Amino acid sequence: MNIFRFILLLALQVIIFSRLNLFGFLNPYPYILFILLYPVNGNKAGLLLSSFLLGLMVDMFTDSGGTHAVACVTLAYLRPTFFKFSFGLSYEYQTVKINERLSPERFSFILISIVTHHLILYLLEVFRFSLILDVLIRTLLTTLFTLTLCIIIIYLIKPGKQ
Amino acid sequence: MQQIFNFLFKNSILLLFLLLLGISLTLTIQSHSYHRSRAVTSANAISGYVYEQVNTVEEYLNLKEQNEALAGENARLKKLLFNTQDTTNTPPVKIPEAMGNFAVIQSKVIRNSYSVHENYFTINSGRNQGIKPDMGVVSSLGVVGIVENTSGNYATVISILNLKFKLDAKIKKNNHFGTLTWNGKNTGFAQLIDVPRLATVQKGDTIVTGAESKIFPENIPIGTIDKVYMDKKTNYYTLEVRLFNDMTSLGHVYVIENKDRDEIIKLEEETTNTTNEQ
Repeated sequence: MNIFRFILLLALQVIIFSRLNLFGFLNPYPYILFILLYPVNGNKAGLLLSSFLLGLMVDMFTDSGGTHAVACVTLAYLRPTFFKFSFGLSYEYQTVKINERLSPERFSFILISIVTHHLILYLLEVFRFSLILDVLIRTLLTTLFTLTLCIIIIYLIKPGKQ
Repeated sequence: MQQIFNFLFKNSILLLFLLLLGISLTLTIQSHSYHRSRAVTSANAISGYVYEQVNTVEEYLNLKEQNEALAGENARLKKLLFNTQDTTNTPPVKIPEAMGNFAVIQSKVIRNSYSVHENYFTINSGRNQGIKPDMGVVSSLGVVGIVENTSGNYATVISILNLKFKLDAKIKKNNHFGTLTWNGKNTGFAQLIDVPRLATVQKGDTIVTGAESKIFPENIPIGTIDKVYMDKKTNYYTLEVRLFNDMTSLGHVYVIENKDRDEIIKLEEETTNTTNEQ
């Protein structure tokens, strides 16, 4: 399931989302859903390694050096902290499922994760202090775009139990 | 010893994170450096194949546009041909053959990027077709970039729309030189900086590649002057250049090889070395 998600999100990202160029500069990055949807109690080392690989693959396709890899690895490492922040201390004992109905907790978790990822991504991609304003604007706009897409995708792939 | 293992085991996730972060940060910093080319590029078999497949689909969408561009180029070349004087009538003027030694390879852009500050695009020819790093890339309208990395059948090209891009260019009318760069703001414009103050510049003048460039032949069109600024710090002109190419839609391109490039560079190096020794 995880491998399938990895390949599917990577393919969608590379073939469709990275080529959108809305208004000439906006590209959403919904591929980070892989990191967000990774099982809560899954293997941590596995998550770190697969996130690194995912970021590196996106870097390879979009010629962005190693920026996506840095952002992905950091997000994967900070994920437990964000869980704690959004769902409370006892998140590990509950069955936290991200891809269920959108509650405020889930929303805040996804939002924090996306902001973190995009901020690191754009800081490293631009890499110049003189353009810091540009970094912030891009982070804000892309976050909105990615967030919308992520929520749509989560609703689409919601397991059809009923 | 036991404690060391305990420590390693307890912090294994943190250590793994730091290791991966270190690797990816190194790659990132390396990619921003001027002198070293990137380790991870889209010039490889996997991404090349994917982009080629995507491109075959996309091609149909702008077939008309591409046809018009090629027809336009044909018309221009025909005009040149028809206006050439008959060689039997002209007096035998010997054109010096050492004007330059350039080879041209036809290629196609299979992935283009213009949304970030350091843009690269990928073309579908590589080492097997004779493409090497530091070759110039032009379209039918003018300069578009310089080859950076190559693989067997693909190459990545540093676009004009890249903060790392630098090219010697001149004003066609009066041969004043400057450096062409991009400020990361608008995809339709580049900047010609360090133009001396005594140059007469006018809105609408054509900017072409300079003779100093070892990558491009001289007089390849780049764009026209749109605005003229005076840099307060350096007292040089900065010219806003409206590019002839629409960098957001590239199709067929030509890769230019300057066969004398190595010789020129070697000669220049030898010269500077000897002057330093004296």
